[in-house]
Amino acid sequence: MSGLGVDNLSFDYGAKRALQDVSFDVPRGRFCALLGPNGAGKSTLFALLTRLFTAPQGRIEIAGHDMAKAPRRALGQMGVVFQQPTLDLDLSVHRNLTYFAALHGLSGRAADRSIEAALDRLDMGERRDEIVRRLNGGHRRRLEIARSLIHRPQVLLLDEPTVGLDAATRRAITDHVHALSEDQGLTVLWATHLTDEILDTDQLLILHQGRLRESGTTGDLRGDRSLADHFLALTGELA
Amino acid sequence: MRVYLVVLLAILAREARRFVGQRSRFVAALIRPLLWLVVFAAGFRAALGLSITPPYQTYTTYEVYIVPGLCGMILLFNGMQGSLSLVYDREMGSMRLLLTSPLPRWWLLFCRLLATTAISVLQVYAFLAVTALYGIRFDGLGYLTLLPALLISGIMLGSLGLALSSLIKQLENFAGVMNFVIFPMFFLSTALYPLWKMAESSKLLHDICAVNPFTQAVELIRFALYGHFNGPALIWTGLVAVILLALALWGYDPARGLIRRKH
Repeated sequence: MSGLGVDNLSFDYGAKRALQDVSFDVPRGRFCALLGPNGAGKSTLFALLTRLFTAPQGRIEIAGHDMAKAPRRALGQMGVVFQQPTLDLDLSVHRNLTYFAALHGLSGRAADRSIEAALDRLDMGERRDEIVRRLNGGHRRRLEIARSLIHRPQVLLLDEPTVGLDAATRRAITDHVHALSEDQGLTVLWATHLTDEILDTDQLLILHQGRLRESGTTGDLRGDRSLADHFLALTGELA
Repeated sequence: MRVYLVVLLAILAREARRFVGQRSRFVAALIRPLLWLVVFAAGFRAALGLSITPPYQTYTTYEVYIVPGLCGMILLFNGMQGSLSLVYDREMGSMRLLLTSPLPRWWLLFCRLLATTAISVLQVYAFLAVTALYGIRFDGLGYLTLLPALLISGIMLGSLGLALSSLIKQLENFAGVMNFVIFPMFFLSTALYPLWKMAESSKLLHDICAVNPFTQAVELIRFALYGHFNGPALIWTGLVAVILLALALWGYDPARGLIRRKH
């Protein structure tokens, strides 16, 4: 069964084409990086994948559920970390998580169990009662990742999750999500414009001007060049 | 069914906690109508004589007359602010998070609307508590019959904000909404002057005021505050609420993609 499948997806903003015939498959349990410069269409793709709006043509499948035919089942199998922060800063870590758990229909003891498990997975258990405003940027991001896993999704989407973080924190979070995918069999789509977040063993999609330019394993695609050089040669833009 | 309730309660609780956490917002929402009451109404009392029309059974001072209108004002401002902040500025992220819930979108939006309305209603009661201290008091029962009127009016005005936020691209900031929606709605209503007074100055103005749904909401509130029932106002407010809510849900339909423009 496929983790995440996209087939012939196209999308226009009025006369402007944002995505053109994008197709790819991320097998279950795979970490897939979506690399593209700003304006490549990454955010549009994420909006479609999270059903903020739908495309008139093309198909999206999340853990075997067709987004058009069974949107609620597809959304139920998906965890999302948005580029913009979506935490309530004045509420505690735990309150933020119970709110999200409830959005997925979890309450009471079932919610508490899932929340504890998610916090532990991200080593955030001790910060349970802290007010989010007091957390640093790295911890807030980690909290958002923990939150996205509460309802035990099979597919995790992250839209440039390391924006604004320092190098060490960026590394820690990138490693963590790689480990999650490996240990828990989580299918991950990680959008970024930073090549150093991508491992040679990761699946790689290069998106440029709304089209998918390349798709494969990072090590194979880049050959002897660094990924940054490869990307530059392919798109004429700095990654 | 239980899942629907879990989501509703969570959204209500979140709004309530945020509200408690933002005391400045509460105070600001309270100061605005109080300024109107204390400054504007005091100045106008001398200039404006009011005759005895239902629901009033005796001569009424201007300060007493505008209290229901100011209740409506709180609902109007909050409804717009609540719904628009959902799409603009800080709340966009939390809106996107809300919409990733696997529950139907109409339910999610309705819960959000109900939550912001509940907060507005609390603010109206806080305002009425202060006016009571100021000396303007109503019947105990009136405060109770007021509740359903506030809820329906609040939902109507919140739906208007939600519909606007999804449908109109040009209203990029709150100032635009102030000028083109809030002020016309407020001034062309019975919040500040009774309809018959409007008719004296202009027939057209009177007609515009009469069909303005905000007028109907204010009249619903005014009658309810005196324990009276205003059928036409209820029907008109309810009908407009349903239409606006439908329009808002249509605007947020992912296939219509009207929110894509905001993206």
